[in-house]
Amino acid sequence: MPSTTPVRPESVFPRLEPLLPSVQKPIQYVGGELNSTLKPWDAAPEGSTVRWALMYPDAYEVGLPNQGVQILYEVLNERDWILAERTYSVWPDMEAVMRAGDALGPIPQFTVDSHRPVRGFDIFGVSFSTELGYTNLLTALDLAGTPIHAVDRGADDPVVLAGGHAAFNPEPVADFLDAAVLGDGEEIVLAISEVVREWKDEGRPGLDGRTPRDELLYRLAVSGSVYVPRFYDVDYLPDGRVKRVAPNTSGVPWRVQKHTLMDLDAWPYPKKPLVPLAETVHERYSVEIFRGCTRGCRFCQAGMITRPVRERSITTIGDMVESGIRATGFDEVGLLSLSSADHSEIGEVATGLADRYDGSNVSLSLPSTRVDAFNVTLANELSRNGRRSGLTFAPEGGSERLRKVINKMVTEQDLIRTVATAYSHGWRQVKLYFMCGLPTETDEDVLEIADLARKVIAKGREVSGHNDIRCTVSIGGFVPKPHTPFQWAGQLDHETTDLRLKKLRDDVRADRTFARAIGFRYHDGRPGIIEGLLSRGDRRVGRVIESAWLAGARFDGWSEHFSYDRWEAAAADGLAGTGVDLDWYTTRERDYAEVLPWDHLDSGLDKDWLWEDWQDAVDPGSAVEVEDCRWTPCYDCGVCPQLDTEIQIGPTGKQLLPLSVV
Amino acid sequence: MRDQPEQQAPPVQRLRVRYAKRGRLRFTSHRDFSRAFERAIVRARVPMAYSSGFNPHPRISYAGASPTGAASEAEYLEIGLARETEPATVLAALDEALPPGLDVLKVVVSAGGSLADLLEASVWRTRVPDLTADQAERAVRAFLASDEVLVERMTKKGLRSFDSRAAVVRLTVVDEVAHRVPGRGLPTGPESNAEVRARECAILEMVLRHGTPTVRPDDVLAGLRTTSGLEAVAAPFHERLAQGPLDTVTGTVGDPLALNRDTA
Repeated sequence: MPSTTPVRPESVFPRLEPLLPSVQKPIQYVGGELNSTLKPWDAAPEGSTVRWALMYPDAYEVGLPNQGVQILYEVLNERDWILAERTYSVWPDMEAVMRAGDALGPIPQFTVDSHRPVRGFDIFGVSFSTELGYTNLLTALDLAGTPIHAVDRGADDPVVLAGGHAAFNPEPVADFLDAAVLGDGEEIVLAISEVVREWKDEGRPGLDGRTPRDELLYRLAVSGSVYVPRFYDVDYLPDGRVKRVAPNTSGVPWRVQKHTLMDLDAWPYPKKPLVPLAETVHERYSVEIFRGCTRGCRFCQAGMITRPVRERSITTIGDMVESGIRATGFDEVGLLSLSSADHSEIGEVATGLADRYDGSNVSLSLPSTRVDAFNVTLANELSRNGRRSGLTFAPEGGSERLRKVINKMVTEQDLIRTVATAYSHGWRQVKLYFMCGLPTETDEDVLEIADLARKVIAKGREVSGHNDIRCTVSIGGFVPKPHTPFQWAGQLDHETTDLRLKKLRDDVRADRTFARAIGFRYHDGRPGIIEGLLSRGDRRVGRVIESAWLAGARFDGWSEHFSYDRWEAAAADGLAGTGVDLDWYTTRERDYAEVLPWDHLDSGLDKDWLWEDWQDAVDPGSAVEVEDCRWTPCYDCGVCPQLDTEIQIGPTGKQLLPLSVV
Repeated sequence: MRDQPEQQAPPVQRLRVRYAKRGRLRFTSHRDFSRAFERAIVRARVPMAYSSGFNPHPRISYAGASPTGAASEAEYLEIGLARETEPATVLAALDEALPPGLDVLKVVVSAGGSLADLLEASVWRTRVPDLTADQAERAVRAFLASDEVLVERMTKKGLRSFDSRAAVVRLTVVDEVAHRVPGRGLPTGPESNAEVRARECAILEMVLRHGTPTVRPDDVLAGLRTTSGLEAVAAPFHERLAQGPLDTVTGTVGDPLALNRDTA
């Protein structure tokens, strides 16, 4: 029997408005961004309207600039039969205000566009860039009035769907999700919308004994494009490892594949980026100049799961920048990608854009630049209209040996030469990014970071002729991630991480000739352990997340909100009786035969290739260097044949022409 | 080393702008507004003059911005242009480029002098929920009968104590129906909703002289509570109706742009 259509949700804004003066930064809850879209609830000219509530599970100031959400928001709203609105995590002060509510009761999680309750939408799509947003999902579900466990949801609840990089292992949140998608979202959100529309047009049927809700999820699952955790059972071995993950429903595929968008020129989004009134973390127009990376850095999940490389052409980039600036009024343009200087025509792009906007206030930035791809011509073009504030490079490993382990083959000479060029051309500050806790790492590897920083300063003083230069060393803890060659690695325990970082800090401070020129930024190792638990966890970790959330965990990516003790207690509580514990998930090295909790989720990478690459990494005698298959032969990672994709790169040979004066 | 950036030419024309903060965009803070305004200028292609230096900024002077959460029909700023432009053209382009709710009402050529100096006082209308007109009348009488009413407010420098009475030039309880502004596009009060509208509320109108520290309508409400023991329940709604030169004889506030027109 078709379930009843939920009543049209009313805007909660009139209820919210009297309460807004009592919360911090109320502007983040009122919407009204430039280029936002308001549609009627029944938007479709005929048939059913498909309604998406898109969430980035962090504060508005972090979530609003997120490219993924902005792209999907625009792609979906371009269809007249789809309505997409946005929602973000509310700060704890607002959560308290919403729970206290007013005379009508609590105020539910709402969208910022039309302030409609999230529960009234068909799909609640949540984009996870990081696992530390999981507790914020639970807050949003609970505020929305939707049961946090998928199994308890009914006909009036939205389909809770996860995407983003963390969705490549959604098992820790499997109990809270109805579905997950892997990879690029542009096409799959439309395919999902079609399935929902058809099901709604048929009167929301439940067939073959399935409830209407299960029927919809089943249709999504059999498409092979959407992972629906409830249709898979996980069995465990007596020692706690996963025995197997298998479909429990006929027609549901054994493995779910990631989505790959080919031809980025055909999808030039965002065309009209949202311009908020509130201050956010990125205040610029960002153009993704290519997607994917084939450099082969073994720690890098983003590089592994976004293959192959697909470039946007110089002409599309130029068109997007021009219309993006006009649509937003931003004066900074970010040329985004995982390694922006690797674009086959980056020099032409930078020169062309710098020429076009010469004399205006528009400045360009290249957020990710490799040491070996940096050249001063490029850097000069990028800073022509803007500030020459600082350059950031990421050697990642302190010693040459370690950089070989992670396959980030940057030599010390490369690095010194590059920074010398930068300092001699007027840059005063260089920021170096490293990781601590990489496989096979010793104290000595980490202490070499201090040597490197001192050499950088010494060289900088030599070439610039003065002492007023700085080098900031920024260190993050390494967290092994699924779908990478390091997915089998044991994570370094936080005690050793902290000890190593302390030794490094003491070493940096010891030499007074350099100490004041070297900035040192690091975080303690404990949040990394929790991130590690959530990254490589299986479904049993769901109880840990729930327990931490019940104990008050919110905004775990924010150091002022994160509590290791709360998570440690939650792990003890949530994993009681399973025979496995926090260390088992984090510091334990896995072997070849172990079924990994995400093995049924197909990123296209050949597991044997990943394993061999892992073995090459830890073999001290190995001379194997994985180069970039953009300009060297294929190294058989498996993605292109498995997913029927190919590398798409230039050069196109085209140039950016001057814009005609309006 | 890079050369010093070239000096920018001074503006050839200064325009004064009156704008409104209406509806939900009353929650825009002054920082938020200034960022939005600078971007609107780019989109509207207003030929701005820029400051000199490595990091040139468009020449915009803000004056007397209202507190976050207060609606306003009378906010003012001045912009310096690099090319003479018709004020009506700038008005249309800016209003188009700003989101609905941040509305440009008037643009005139500046006659020189300081805009901030013209903004001596403001007229505020404050809607206080869950307060009857009679209660309000009693509180206002007690407040006006006092020579000094000390209130406290948290400022950037910590909790400050100051007099809320001296800045009050006029304070009355008004009848809502008589003062409704007809034909306005966007609602400036709490959004139309039966539940909210049906709530009883008292409406105060006040003329506040600007000074240091600035006494805001919230401070006057705090003063009313001090003198009559009223309880603060729901959030009040403040709206600035006018801002400009103060006629101390009549206690009225003039139009700061009207003066410019006469001399322009």
